Amino acid sequence: MFIAVFFFVSDAQNAFKVRLSIKTALGDNAYAWDASEEYLFKAMVAFAMRRYSNKETTQISNVLLCNMTERVSFWFVVTDSAKNVTTVPGSEVEAAIRMNRNRINSAFLLTDNTLQFLKISSTLSPPIESSVPVWLIVFSVVLCLVVAGILFLVVSGIRQRKKESAETGDLEDKCDTPVTTENGIPCDILDLKAGQINGVYAADDERFTPL
Amino acid sequence: MENPRPLWDNPLQFVFACISYAVGLGNVWRFPYLCQMYGGGGFLIPYLIMLIVEGMPLLYLELAVGQHMRQGSIGAWKIISPYLSGVGIASVVVSFFLSMYYNVINAWAFWYLFHSFQDPLPWASCPLNSNHTDYDEECAKTSSTQYFWYRKTLNISPSIEEYGSIQWEQAVCLILAWLVVYLCILRGTESTGKVVYVTASLPYFVLIIYLIRGLTLHGAVNGLIYMFTPKIEQLANPKTWINAATQIFFSLGLGFGSLIAFASYNEPNNNCERHAMIVSLINSSTSIFASIVTFSIYGFKATFNYENCLSKVILLLTNVFDLEEGALTADNLDSMKDYLTSTYPNQYAELLPQIKNCSLEAELDTAVQGTGLAFIVYSEAIKNMEVSQLYSVLYFVMLLMLGIGSMLGNTAAILTPLTDSKFLSTHLPKEVISGIVCFINCIVGLVFTMEAGNYWFDIFNDYAATLSLLLIVLVETIAVCYVYGLKRFEKDLLLMLGHKPNWYWKIMWAFVSPVLIISLVIFYLTDYIRTGTLQYQAWDATQVFILLITLDKFGFKAS
Repeated sequence: MFIAVFFFVSDAQNAFKVRLSIKTALGDNAYAWDASEEYLFKAMVAFAMRRYSNKETTQISNVLLCNMTERVSFWFVVTDSAKNVTTVPGSEVEAAIRMNRNRINSAFLLTDNTLQFLKISSTLSPPIESSVPVWLIVFSVVLCLVVAGILFLVVSGIRQRKKESAETGDLEDKCDTPVTTENGIPCDILDLKAGQINGVYAADDERFTPL
Repeated sequence: MENPRPLWDNPLQFVFACISYAVGLGNVWRFPYLCQMYGGGGFLIPYLIMLIVEGMPLLYLELAVGQHMRQGSIGAWKIISPYLSGVGIASVVVSFFLSMYYNVINAWAFWYLFHSFQDPLPWASCPLNSNHTDYDEECAKTSSTQYFWYRKTLNISPSIEEYGSIQWEQAVCLILAWLVVYLCILRGTESTGKVVYVTASLPYFVLIIYLIRGLTLHGAVNGLIYMFTPKIEQLANPKTWINAATQIFFSLGLGFGSLIAFASYNEPNNNCERHAMIVSLINSSTSIFASIVTFSIYGFKATFNYENCLSKVILLLTNVFDLEEGALTADNLDSMKDYLTSTYPNQYAELLPQIKNCSLEAELDTAVQGTGLAFIVYSEAIKNMEVSQLYSVLYFVMLLMLGIGSMLGNTAAILTPLTDSKFLSTHLPKEVISGIVCFINCIVGLVFTMEAGNYWFDIFNDYAATLSLLLIVLVETIAVCYVYGLKRFEKDLLLMLGHKPNWYWKIMWAFVSPVLIISLVIFYLTDYIRTGTLQYQAWDATQVFILLITLDKFGFKAS
């Protein structure tokens, strides 16, 4: 452990601070952070290093944790047993963690926000963008409806006006050929020689009192 | 045979048209602000007094003039006195100014409406910067809703001199807005009469839904208590009374000629007295109703932000001092802060600039009006509700209905005198006249879609209609009472309604309203003269706050 402390002092740039917010993420289902969870963490970091370097040299004992707080937060460092117990450069560790961030997060049921590696910024996932912006689709639909409505009203207005002008045109045609009328009855119907029985008086024969 | 004047199908259409016109965006975004600034619940006192003293009489006057003369504003005032046809022309010009810039608001409402169909809402979170490591800088400094308004919607430039280019998205939405207005006014009262059923009633449905939702939101009560606690001392402030009078005046839309135009399509014996009282009462109660909704939304937003601020402070302290999760809560925050100050004085002192003092009052105090309220505050509240897409769609449809309803009145004010004039109506059918008016307004309105467009909008909003309307209505009242003669007007009303107007109306028309309007005019003039340099608020993208740019009297940037 004295060696480990010595490493932390001299290799500060190769050490990373980790912060977990278990209660924020899981609420009532939060698990307690104990030695077994620490073991899992060491295992995950070792796994990440193995995946990254494609060598199976990193052991769980190479991952050293210290400065555990109530928060839960701690520092960790990865040592390289092959090269005379030096620490693995921070850039390699960072790249390894980045590559396997998802796996590490899901092992602890946490996310990038609740399992924070303080020096390793996560790439944020961009929002899903469809190929055609949604607003243009809705806009085109509304535009088509409105234009259709306008055309319909304009065309029906023009048609109505044509009908009206055609009707007034017919009336004018009728007025052009003068029809001689007698008491509202066109003359050609009337038989002017024979005379007409006026229907009003015809029915009144019974009214006259007989002599 | 001359075509008879088109009429409303039934008196209900007329009432709905007036309500649709009078109940507009001002009820939603101006009245709550005034209420907040001038005494909360106490503001209702001057507001209701002004309604009875100024609003109802002037509304009755305009409706009666329109209904009796059965002409648009130019024709009606010509009948009153041939020397006064200028009043009518002034009304048409002011209506033209208003319709130029007002429809841009409908374009913005369309823009937000179309974006409400996205999941999640585009203003819910900041976009990422180019290398995807963090959020966009401008957005991170303010909030995602402000960023969406200033950058994505307006793409605003830092000052009015830098015009920028026309934003095609906004231009296209503006064209759509004008097409919708054209569709509604195309056939005159025939089409307008049907449309106003929807534009007048739909906003109320949405407001009721929002009222129910708003009152059940967490923290809404804070906003309501804040609003309705009357600050009676504000009643002594003359600005309170002046603002109440101006609000009633502009909210009813007097002086534009729209009311005269609408009333001219009435049957001659329509009871415009009753309708005037109904419309003005509905207008004012809608304002109060809308402000209840707005304040519950304010309360929700303020509580949300306050709790957010608190949790940020708690997280910061927990992380820096490595305390156990959950050790710091909102309740023990103050005592824990004292403990930490005493135990780790140096570290705490370093941390001090980052620790914000979260205050609910400060959040509630941010009084917003205008487009800021409608598009930023409301959208911020909506993004935090569940099923936010539904509420967003409802809200922006409501804004559209309110805006289009007012636009129908404005365009009616312009078109009725034009279609009344024998010269134009014999040469051009009314569809073509409406089309030309809409087209000209649309082209001019493209100015407001430029990058500096919002600044031009602010100029028009503040100055286009205010003083001119006061003068127009003043001349109208004096013309009817003194030039045309109150006795003659009484006889006209007797002819139309079957009874002479009450002594109350006569006193209001002849003395009280003119005096009130003259005092408002004097107030406005002295205000203009006293503010030597004009100022406008500009958005600075680099430092990201709203800064005040001063212009000298002629509108040049003061050095």
